[in-house]
Amino acid sequence: MTHDHTDDHHDHGSALAPIEARVRALESILVEKGYVQPEALDALIELYETQVGPHNGARVVARAWTDAAYRARLLADATPAIEELGIGGRGGEHMVVVENTADTHNLVVCTLCSCYPWTVLGLPPVWYKSPPYRSRAVIDPRGVLADFGVTLPEATRITVWDSTAELRYMVLPMRPAGTEDLDEAALAALVTRDAMIGTGLARAPEPRP
Amino acid sequence: MNGAQDLGGMMGFGPVVSEPDEPVFHAAWERRVFALAMAMGFTGAWSLDASRSARESLPPAEYLASSYYAIWFAALENQVRAHGLATPDEIVGGTSSTAPRALPRVLTAEAVAPRFRAGFPSDRAAPAPARFRLGEAVTARNEHPSGHTRLPRYVRGRQGLVERVHGAFVFPDTHAHGASENPQWLYTIGFDGTELWGGEAEAGQRVTVACFESYLQPAQGA
Repeated sequence: MTHDHTDDHHDHGSALAPIEARVRALESILVEKGYVQPEALDALIELYETQVGPHNGARVVARAWTDAAYRARLLADATPAIEELGIGGRGGEHMVVVENTADTHNLVVCTLCSCYPWTVLGLPPVWYKSPPYRSRAVIDPRGVLADFGVTLPEATRITVWDSTAELRYMVLPMRPAGTEDLDEAALAALVTRDAMIGTGLARAPEPRP
Repeated sequence: MNGAQDLGGMMGFGPVVSEPDEPVFHAAWERRVFALAMAMGFTGAWSLDASRSARESLPPAEYLASSYYAIWFAALENQVRAHGLATPDEIVGGTSSTAPRALPRVLTAEAVAPRFRAGFPSDRAAPAPARFRLGEAVTARNEHPSGHTRLPRYVRGRQGLVERVHGAFVFPDTHAHGASENPQWLYTIGFDGTELWGGEAEAGQRVTVACFESYLQPAQGA
C-alpha cells in the first residue's frame, strides 16, 4: 500500500477541508507523535484487503457439509472448530454458527453498529453497516430477503441474530441439491458471503455435460 | 444512549442495496481511517467499547448523514482530542507542537499478523454463579442509560427465553467509560416476533439478542 503524504505539501486544512485532507492530517500527527507507525497501517490494510475474507468461511462450510463429526463440533462450539482449519483472531474470538434447515432460516445483523465475523467473512460490505439493513432486518426479515432476491417457502420460520455483544455469528447454509459428487474445494466455490450472513443461499452447481 | 445507532425497527430508510463485487474499501482515505482506528485501539489509549461509544455519540443528524468510515473518522478525531493525545490545532494542521503522551503500546508492522491472528478475547472468569437458567423466562429491563449500552431499545421491557448461557464477558456499559472490565454473565435471549412487533410480525419469526445479566430481570409475573 502506498502512503503518500510527502512533507513538501502540508495540508493546513480546516474543519471544512475535504475528508481526504483531514485524514492525512490526522495520520501525520499520530505518526509524528509516535502513536502509530505507517508500516503497521500498511500491514493492517494488506491483511484485511487480501488475506481475510469470505473464502475462509466457505472452507468452514464445505468441511461441515462433508464431515458430519466436524459439523457437530462446529455447531456445538464454533471457535475451536473453526480454529481446526487454521482460522481465527480479531473479530472471531467468540464464534457461534447457526444452521439453516428446511424449517428455519437464520439471518445475522448488528442493529447497533457493524459487528461481523471478520475471521470467516472479512470486513463487512457497506449494506451490512447501513441503516436500511440494520433497521429492517429485525422487524421485516422476509422483506429484506426479497431485496436480495431470496424467497423462502412460507412455512420456513426466520430467526434473526442481533450481534449485540462480542459473539460473532455465521450461518451454515443448506447444501444445494446435486452436489453429492463435489469435493470440498468445489463445494466451497458455491458458498457466497451472503449465504453465510443469511441474506443469500448457497449457489446451485453448474450443470455438467 | 438512545442515539441514532440504535436502528432496530426504524422505518423509512428504503431498500437494502447490495453492490456487486464490492471492494473492501471505496477510497484511499477509508483504508487509512480503518487502519488508524485499529492501530490507535491497540495502543491501549481506549477500549473498543469506548470507540463504539464515541461513534454513537455523534449527533443523530450527523450520524445518519455520514458514511461508515466518516463516522469512524469523526469519532477518532474526538477521541484523540478528548484524551489529550493531540491538540485541536495539531489535529487540523498535522504537525506537532506539543510533547506526545506516553501510551501503553505501539503497534509495529511485524506485530500486526500475529496479534490480529491471536485476537483479543473478551471472555473473563465469572465473578459469581449465573443468575438465570437455560429455558427461564426473563424480561429485558426498561432502562434508558445516557451512556453506552448494548441493549437495543426494541427489546426493552419485552419478555423472552434464555436460549444459551455463554459465560462471563467484559461489560461494555462501564468499560466504554473507562471503568474496570466488570465482567458479567452473557445470555442469548430469544424473543418472539409478536412480543417485539405485535400482530405485524409474521408467524414464527424470532429475534435473538445477546444480553448481559444486568440487562435482565425474572419475567414479570413468572
